[in-house]
Amino acid sequence: MKKTEKKSGLWTSLNDRFPLPGIGLACAGILMMAYGISRGEMSVVFDKAVRICMECIGIG
Amino acid sequence: MDKKKQSEWKRHRFQILWAFLTNSYLVGFAKGKIYDGKLKNLCVPGLNCYSCPGALGSCPIGAMQAVIGSWNFRMAFYVAGFLIFVGALMGRFVCGWLCPFGLIQDFLHKIPFVKKISTFRGDWLLRKLKYVIFLVFVILLPMFVVDMLGQGAPYFCKLICPAGTLEGGIPLVLLNSAMRTAVGWLYAWKNVLLVVIVLLSVVIYRPFCKYICPLGAVYSVFNPIAAFRYRVDKEACTHCGACAKACKMQVDPSETPNHPECIRCGSCKKVCPTGAIYSGINCRKGSDTAVSSAEKTV
Repeated sequence: MKKTEKKSGLWTSLNDRFPLPGIGLACAGILMMAYGISRGEMSVVFDKAVRICMECIGIG
Repeated sequence: MDKKKQSEWKRHRFQILWAFLTNSYLVGFAKGKIYDGKLKNLCVPGLNCYSCPGALGSCPIGAMQAVIGSWNFRMAFYVAGFLIFVGALMGRFVCGWLCPFGLIQDFLHKIPFVKKISTFRGDWLLRKLKYVIFLVFVILLPMFVVDMLGQGAPYFCKLICPAGTLEGGIPLVLLNSAMRTAVGWLYAWKNVLLVVIVLLSVVIYRPFCKYICPLGAVYSVFNPIAAFRYRVDKEACTHCGACAKACKMQVDPSETPNHPECIRCGSCKKVCPTGAIYSGINCRKGSDTAVSSAEKTV
């Protein structure tokens, strides 16, 4: 067996069938988004995005 | 048209469609104004300036700096959560398929030039620069360099971002006479940076993505563990090197299919003579038990 290969254990098998770290982190991301929205961060994003950002375009 | 070119155009069509969908406020281009509707509450996954006249959503990097730099917030949970969510699902698939500025660089690189540079001495060291730019210009400066009201400026957007100049600065200044009177040294500086990036993009594949983009830096961290991933069937792989040769990001997919620099363009899959590279979320192929070295780190 080559060095880069290993036998399929429970973790590898699970990880192959269901990408646990990715899905777990995506869930954590959703929780963080929900917390940020509950703090009112979305309104800061909205206020910034609906006005022409002078810094972004190189004027401010 | 050969197989590789067909593959590229399939991706380019998707990139164009996505860029159009997320920048379809055509009234903005006609009147020199930007969209101010509810969709601007939401971030788009790619680097897409929210001051682009057509933009329907917010740029996550601009939004993150806005929240970090606001006087009442110092932590950007909403935008950080969005980046983690997108990164954990797709990694740098966003760079390859959903970023308008990536699309522009893709097209610029198709312009013929006497000698295209694939890599050079210090290339890989320079790729670390994007992490420094993310940390310094997106996080630290907006957080700590604040005005009398305690508000930090979006330093990456202000001093570096060529996407903002191209997508927002140039169209708005062209369409809006009031803005034309306000241009100064900063506008000139940002245009110089844009010209440098444009010229470099003809010679080097995606220089902004490789060396500068803070969004690419964030998504690159997630590439090895993202739900969408590449796999190599080690039994089918003949180590011919075709995939590494086809990769414009200079990754060797047969060794590290989920390398942080891989933008999921799919060139390696198309050129593999044995079809050993495959991708997906549940991408178990047949009785393959081989695990790449990238997965071993997870």
